[in-house]
Order: sequence, then C-alpha cells, then structure tokens
Amino acid sequence: MAQDLRYTKEHEWVRVEGDLAIVGVTDYAARQLGDIVFVELPEVGRKLSQFGAVGVIESVKAVSDLFAPVSGDVVEANGELASSPELVNADPFGKGWMLRIRMADPGQLNNLLERAAYEELTREG
Amino acid sequence: MPYGPHTPEDRAAMLEAIGVASVDELFSDIPAALWASELKLPPPESEVELTRRLRDLAGRNRVDLVSFLGAGAYRHFVPAVVDQLLLRGEFYTAYTPYQPEISQGTLQTIYEYQSMMGELTGMDVISASHYDGASATAEGALMTCRATHRERVLISHAVHPHYRQTLCTYFAGADLVADEIPLVAEGPAAGTTDLAALERMLADPDRPVGGVVVANPSFVGLLEPMAEAARLAHAAGALFAAVVEPVSLAVLASPASYGADVACGEGQPLGIPLAYGGPYLGILGCREPLVRQIPGRLVGLTTDIDGKRAFVMTLRAREQDIRRERASSNICTNQALCALAASMYLASIGPHGLRDVAALGAARAAELERALAGAGAARLHPGPYLNEFAVRVLNAAAVHRRLLARGVLGGLVLAEAMPDDPSLADALLVCATEVTTADEIEVFAAALGEELAEEAR
Amino acid sequence: MTAAGHRLEPTIFERSRPGRGGGRIPHPPREALARIPAAQLRTDGPHLPEISEPELTRHYINLSQLNYAVDTGFYPLGSCTMKWNPKVNEWAARLTGFAALHPFAPDELAQGTLQLLWELEQWLAEVGGMRAVTLQPAAGAQGELTGILMVRAYHRSRGDLDRTEVLVPDSAHGTNPATASMAGFKTVSIPSSPDGGVDLAAFRAALGPRTAAVMITNPSTLGLFESRIGGLLDAVHAAGALAYMDGANLNAIMGRFKPGEAGFDAMHFNVHKTFATPHGGGGPGAGPVGVGEKLLPFLPTPRVLREPDGLFRLERAGERPASIGRVRSFAGNTGVLVRAYAYMRANGAAGLREVSDDAVLAANYVKAGVARVLDVPFSRHCMHEFVASSATLKAETGIRTLDIAKRLIDYGFHPPTIYFPLTVEEALLVEPTETEALETLDAFVGALRAIVEEAHADPEALHSAPHSSPVRRLDEATAARQPNLRWRGMTGEQTPCPD
Repeated sequence: MAQDLRYTKEHEWVRVEGDLAIVGVTDYAARQLGDIVFVELPEVGRKLSQFGAVGVIESVKAVSDLFAPVSGDVVEANGELASSPELVNADPFGKGWMLRIRMADPGQLNNLLERAAYEELTREG
Repeated sequence: MPYGPHTPEDRAAMLEAIGVASVDELFSDIPAALWASELKLPPPESEVELTRRLRDLAGRNRVDLVSFLGAGAYRHFVPAVVDQLLLRGEFYTAYTPYQPEISQGTLQTIYEYQSMMGELTGMDVISASHYDGASATAEGALMTCRATHRERVLISHAVHPHYRQTLCTYFAGADLVADEIPLVAEGPAAGTTDLAALERMLADPDRPVGGVVVANPSFVGLLEPMAEAARLAHAAGALFAAVVEPVSLAVLASPASYGADVACGEGQPLGIPLAYGGPYLGILGCREPLVRQIPGRLVGLTTDIDGKRAFVMTLRAREQDIRRERASSNICTNQALCALAASMYLASIGPHGLRDVAALGAARAAELERALAGAGAARLHPGPYLNEFAVRVLNAAAVHRRLLARGVLGGLVLAEAMPDDPSLADALLVCATEVTTADEIEVFAAALGEELAEEAR
Repeated sequence: MTAAGHRLEPTIFERSRPGRGGGRIPHPPREALARIPAAQLRTDGPHLPEISEPELTRHYINLSQLNYAVDTGFYPLGSCTMKWNPKVNEWAARLTGFAALHPFAPDELAQGTLQLLWELEQWLAEVGGMRAVTLQPAAGAQGELTGILMVRAYHRSRGDLDRTEVLVPDSAHGTNPATASMAGFKTVSIPSSPDGGVDLAAFRAALGPRTAAVMITNPSTLGLFESRIGGLLDAVHAAGALAYMDGANLNAIMGRFKPGEAGFDAMHFNVHKTFATPHGGGGPGAGPVGVGEKLLPFLPTPRVLREPDGLFRLERAGERPASIGRVRSFAGNTGVLVRAYAYMRANGAAGLREVSDDAVLAANYVKAGVARVLDVPFSRHCMHEFVASSATLKAETGIRTLDIAKRLIDYGFHPPTIYFPLTVEEALLVEPTETEALETLDAFVGALRAIVEEAHADPEALHSAPHSSPVRRLDEATAARQPNLRWRGMTGEQTPCPD
C-alpha cells in the first residue's frame, strides 16, 4: 500500500493529484468480496457527498456499496471496469481505480484514515 | 407417522445418545404458558382411506363438460412423454441447484428453458421462472420504473384483470402509480388499446411514465397495435412491456420484433395442466441492457476446473439472499418444475408442431365464430383475433348457467371478470384450441341457439 | 451419485436435426392464418429444437442422472426441510378431476377442489393457531409480501401513516428484508444476542411509533426457540405494531407451539418445507398465510367460502372491500396444495405432532455427533436444525466450510446450508428432518468426522473437492462477468414449415 494514500472505514482509498481525488477500493476489500464481476459507478458530472453511497461493487457471492471518500464532482469513471471488473482484484490501487473526483473541499481529507490507522482497522483477528 | 422410518428402538437410541429421557425435554425452551392447545384435527389416514377421500373429492369436480373457456388458462394437448419425464424423481425431488456440481440436470434444463423462451420472445434474458403471468407482469412493470427512475406505469385496460389487479397490489407497496389506458369505443379498432389516449397520457410533463404495458393477444382475444404502442412509449422515454401468450408466439410477431424491452406472460399453455389455477409459469424476459434489473434466478453457461462445459446460477448478487433489503424482488422459490414441463412440451411438440397448434386453434376459432354467429351470437369486436374472442349474448350470465345444465361450458361471462365495463355487460369470452372438435362446436352452437331462442320468447 | 463415468449431455439444441420429431399435431387447413394481418405475423422462426422422442427421452433421462435429489439421497439442508415427498401425493395431484379443472370454472363445477382448499385452510389455521388462512401466495416469499402488505393496509385503515419501519433480526432469511422493501418499509436490523436469541435491549430500543411490524422466525434460523417470545410479542403490541412469523421452521413445533395463540398476528407456511410438497429443482411451492383477527379483513381476494347449505364458493368481486386485492392470478398453486392436503390428511393430528417430535429428536441426535468434530456454538438443545461452525478448523488447517461442503459431495451427501445465518462465522446449518433412517444420520456424522481428519492430514483433497461429481468446481466469476444466458445457435437449418 502506498504511503500517500488516505483510507475510509469502508475500505476506499484516495490518492490526491492537485484538486482531484483518485478513488478505488483496497486489496482488503477486494479479498473480502472475492472475484469482482460488476462495478456500477456514478456518471460524469454527478455531485457526490462525502461518505454517501455512490456506486455498487458486485462479486460472485456478495454486493457492497461504494462510498465517496470526499465531496465533489465526478470528472471521470474508469470505463475499463465495465469489460474487465477483475482489474479491481488484480490491481486495486492501480488499473482498478474507480473514480476521479474534483474535490469540493480538500479539508475533508482530514476526516479520513492514514495508512497506520487503516492497517490497524484491517488487522485480522 | 406415515412416512418416517423411526421405530421405538430408534427413538430410544437417539434419546440415549443425546442424554435425555424423553423428547419432551428437548422442547424445554418453550415456556409452559405458551404450550399449544391440542391440535384439533382428525386422526391419521391409511393410504387406502386417503386415496378414497381424494378420489371422492376429485370426483366432485365436473371436468366432463364441452369447454370453450380460456381467459388466461388454456386446454391443450400434451404429449404423453412429458408427464412421464416429469415423474423422474431426480427432477421433481431435487432442491434448488445451489450446489452446481450435483445439479447439472436441473441447471442445464433451466438454461435450455431460458433459451427456448428466448427464441419465442426474442428477449436476450429470460428468468428461470416467475410465479405466474400476473406476478411476472407486475415485476416487469416494476422493472420499467427502476430502470427509468420514474414512478408511473400505464397499463392497457385490455390486459387480463387478474394481472392488472396484481400489478396494483404490488404497486401499492412500492408507492408507484399505475394508470389504465382506455380502449377504443367504436370503429374498426373497437376494444383495442386507444393509442391516441396513450399518447395523451404519455405527454403529461409532471408525471413521466416509466413503462407502458400492453397484452397481445389481449384478454378479450384481440390483436393489439404493439409496434405503434412501443414507438409511443419510447418517444416519451418510457420502456415497453409486452404481455404475451407463448403458443401464439409460434405464429405472431415476437415482442423483440416490435421493440419491447420487457416480455411477460403465462406459460401454462405450454404443457402445464389447468389444475384450477396453479402451479403455473410466470414468463419474464428483457433485453440485455436490463439484465441487472430482472428478478429471479438466472442460469449461465461456464466451464468447470477441468474445462468441461457446465451450468451455474449466475448474477446471484441481484437476489434476496445477497442483497437483502436492497434486492429488487424477494423471490426465492420459483416455478422451476413448470419451466421444465414447458421445455419438455416445446421439445416434444417442436417448432412446426407449435405453429400447427396455434394455426389449428385459429382455424377452429374461425369455425366457432361462424357457428355462434349462426346461432345468434355475433362477435362483440370487429378486429382480428387469433383463437379467442367475445360474442354478444343478452343476459349472458343466465344463458351461461343454462348452458352448463346442457353440459356446455360456454366460455367466460365477461361481466363477472370485468364488472366495471358496461361495453362487456352482455358478452361471453370464448376460445378454441387444437383440441376443440367440430362436434363440440356444433353442440355449443346448437345449445346456444336454443337458449337464445328461449330468451327471445 | 458418485458413480464413475458421468457422461455429460449435449444441449437439446445440439441434438436437434431438421426434420426430426413432429407428427403429434394434425396439420391445420392452409388458410388458417390468412385472416391475420401480415404485420401481426411472425416472419421467421421460432427456432426451437427438432428432436424425435427417443432422442428427447434420452436427453432428459441422462440429464436427470446428473442430479442429486431427495429420491437419491440425504439433504441435511438447514432451513429447507428436505423431508420425503410421498408418492401418493403425485398420484393425487394428477387425478383428472383436479388436473383438468379450469380456474374460471363456475363454483358448481369445482366443489371438490373448493372443498379441498377450504379444508386445507382450516387445517393450516389449526396448526398455526390462526383465525383464517389464504392459500393464494405462490411461495413463502410471496406469502411474506402478502402478510406485510396486509400489515400496511391495517395501519393505513387506522390512519396510522407514520409506521414506516419493519424490524428484522440480523439472522433472518434474506427474503424478510427484501419483502419489507417491496412493501415500502425500511428494514431495521436487530442484532442477535450471544445466546442466539434476539437482543432484547436492541429490540426494545428499535420498537416505537414508527414500527409497523416485526418479522420473526421462530424457531430462529439458528434452530433455537425464542423462549422470550411472549415478552417480545407483548412489547410489539404495546408499541402498536404487529408481529409476523416466518413459518419456514414450522417443522419443529407442530402440536407444541401455535404462533397465533402466542400472539403472532400473521404467519406464512412453506408447504414445500413442512408439508412435504416436492422442491422441483427450485419450485413450485406455495406460501399460505394465516392471520389473526386484526388482519382478517385485509386477506387477499377471493376467499373460499362455505355456504350454510354446505356448498363452497369463491368470494365475489367487491364482497370484501378492505381486501388488499390479488397477489396473483386465480386461486393459487392448487396442484401443490392438493399434495399438502394429502400429506396433512395422511398424518392427522397425531402424525403432525410426531413429525415435529422426530424432527427435533433427529436434529439433536446429529448435533451430539457433530459436536465431537466441529464447533457447535450453541450447546443447548436445538429444535429441528442446528448450526455448526468450522471456525476452529479454519484456524488450525485453513479448511473452510466451503471445502467441507464440497468434500461431503464425494461422500455421497448433499452439503448442508452453508454461510447462513450470516451471524455465525463459517456456518453450517444442519436439518436432518424426520424421514431419514438412523443409518443415514450416522453415515453423515461419520463423513464429517472423516473430512475433519482429512483437513488435518490432506487439506488439498478438500480444497479441490468434489472429485467424483459430474462436474467439479465451476468458474462462477466468468459466468457472472460474461453472462451466457441463452443458446444462440441451432445446428443445421430448419425445414420449412409445410403449407
């Protein structure tokens, strides 16, 4: 896991690039879900609120909401996931990215977990 | 207990292994205050007594009358091989195929059913079955609202009354609105869905419509302007759901061909007994883009770890056990064995056979129309029908009752099924199928002629 | 089931050849469809298989051989009650008098079926302690919807429009919250307490003026009787809400506990569970619903009524305006209900009580055996089913419940229910039912013992199980990512239809 990421309690990760937040789900989430078969993402232009449910991630045996880590407008959704949802399992922090959001308030990043806190959260046992 | 294997010795052995003296101890969690009152039911019956009782009850039904009754459930010839295969315990006593490795029989037959119904309807996706035509129509309508994020559906008044009523019940729970499209009152299109009215209803900007539902043939047997209705629906941003009868699809244009997004209907005519209303077969299908909206099980083709072709329930994340309160439908148990019966029927009749069934029904119906007109009961509506139509009969209910006494089940008294419709007040809905004979038509026409002559006196 | 040399069967489309089959239906006259406008007619197909009777029969018989079924072996499926399906019931349903009766037949032609339905309602009402029963719903889930829609109608009839929530224990079957959503309610999930019952404090905290109903399965999906049910129901009614019982687990309590007497306002019955109608590979079943006084006016229409002269009839339109209306066409899954009726008549009061006694006895017997090889989280006496867990085994060997389930197939058993209820880690929910011989129960426990030993000695055999079934572990991910839901090619061309 990269150092410069922030995380949510619902296992989303955020990487900041200027005023954009790149969002995906962590390898922990991908492992919990199993083989991912479908990802439903909000359309470009949609306004998201921090921690609101904005999409759905389906695996063979489970379904999970995707929560927005920050408020903002959807600038891009990863079109590759429509034909290759398995990218989320194979490369959750890279090719498995889900959204690019233009942040409404970068200060909201402070509400998110840093790496150590997220690792604590996902410690098995 | 008639069907269990346990002897007193078996029970004693089990009690000992558990470490209790009597089975009553195992029920100690039930507080004494809540112990049930005695079950006031008769004693057990041996198979001799039971079969006598059942034969007696069945014998009190009258199924010997010459029947022209359709109205959503139809008499058809079913090849003998179908029931023999349905009696294979490996099919009818199997559980839902959640363990695909030992359920390939069930899974493959469901896939084949989906494929055959896909051929008939032209829909890309067919659910493994819904309960019946009425609930399938209700769920199809709910699909159109979910897919369009709209809260209103328009349903033709000519859709089967049970289906409209069921849709209303489902819609009440979902807090959605279903408005009825009226029928044309006069002229060559009398009795069919009023397209001008439909267009007006679709044009209300404050109440956008998610789905338009029309049946072909309609409840009163008329062929409907499906392509035009679909065009109007799509122009207004709504989806089009066609309610269809599967035997008719052997000869009539398929829902896909006239632009339907959803197809629903009743599969009973495909080899399933009348059985006083069930178990029947809800047909529900849709175009591919709507696949995630369709409720019910779906079986897909895949491979196993050795590369063998295999079948498995798929897209399970739509279903209630996974989505729970977010599931689009709560359906769990479906009508799988009825879908199997339908597949076996279609396979044993074949495509040419199915066309013959539909065409023969049409031919017999035309003979019926002539004979009844000759007896004094003319068709209520002018437009084309396949094998079912309404005839005008004064005092239809009384005439119908007297026909019963003459051994004729003269169709359905329309006023009883659609009491709020004055245009159907004095009418019988009659149908013919490939099992209707010329003799039967003659008996009906003669009896009706006599009854109408009595009426006139 | 573990016979070697399973031959997989081509699809029926691959067995099709132009010109095969047919000949069962006489040819229609040439002009039969001439009066139909061309625009209404099909221009192509339908492309259905052309197959002769020998090919067709072998196709389906061969497919049947790939199935596990109650007729071939034991299904210890918790929550499903896979008891024996008596053969006389198949005979009964096929009697011409029942099978050939049209659903719109006038009442005077249908007296046999109407009487059967009426009597079945009485019997189910007596078993459930309910005031009346509707036989209309086609399945348990549809019964649940019927029940909750009646609850909705009840509150609205009293002007009580703010009751927007339904309480559902987190151990509940998925149909419960799905039903609540379909009926327009928000599901409030109530956690379970460590002893397996509903967490009383959480329950009371959630109950309030917004509660329309609670949906409770009793015995619970853990196979435990909720002994505090009296207090729970009092609290529900004190809050002005109604209590619905999911009757899936009724096989445990017939003759011992009548939900209506205890205070439940409605319940559904699963005839394909408790009353032995066959599962059919997924259905059909039926889900009759029993109600107490409060919900009586709202039952679906038409009800089956008995006149003073002893004749039976269907309720007429408009006769009971408070009804929620129809939930389906016609009277119900009548053919299935005939089977349930026959089963209940064969058993009588004594038999039904013995069914439950033996079901609970067998479950506790198997539990005693299983407890020696797997975790059994709740040690007190279970009802007709119990939950076990492979959590310890997983920690020790990496073998999960899924692996145990798949390996059981190699031992000739259908696996129990797995990963349900959601409240127990690595759950196996085991329900033997009352119709399995002692040898079968012992063999099942023996198989589990052997598998647990294998878990320690040779875990790989389990990870790759089953080995002996017609197909092995399936690629479910590809099936969901690239769904192939329809066969898209017929071999060869079709013969043109004769004129």
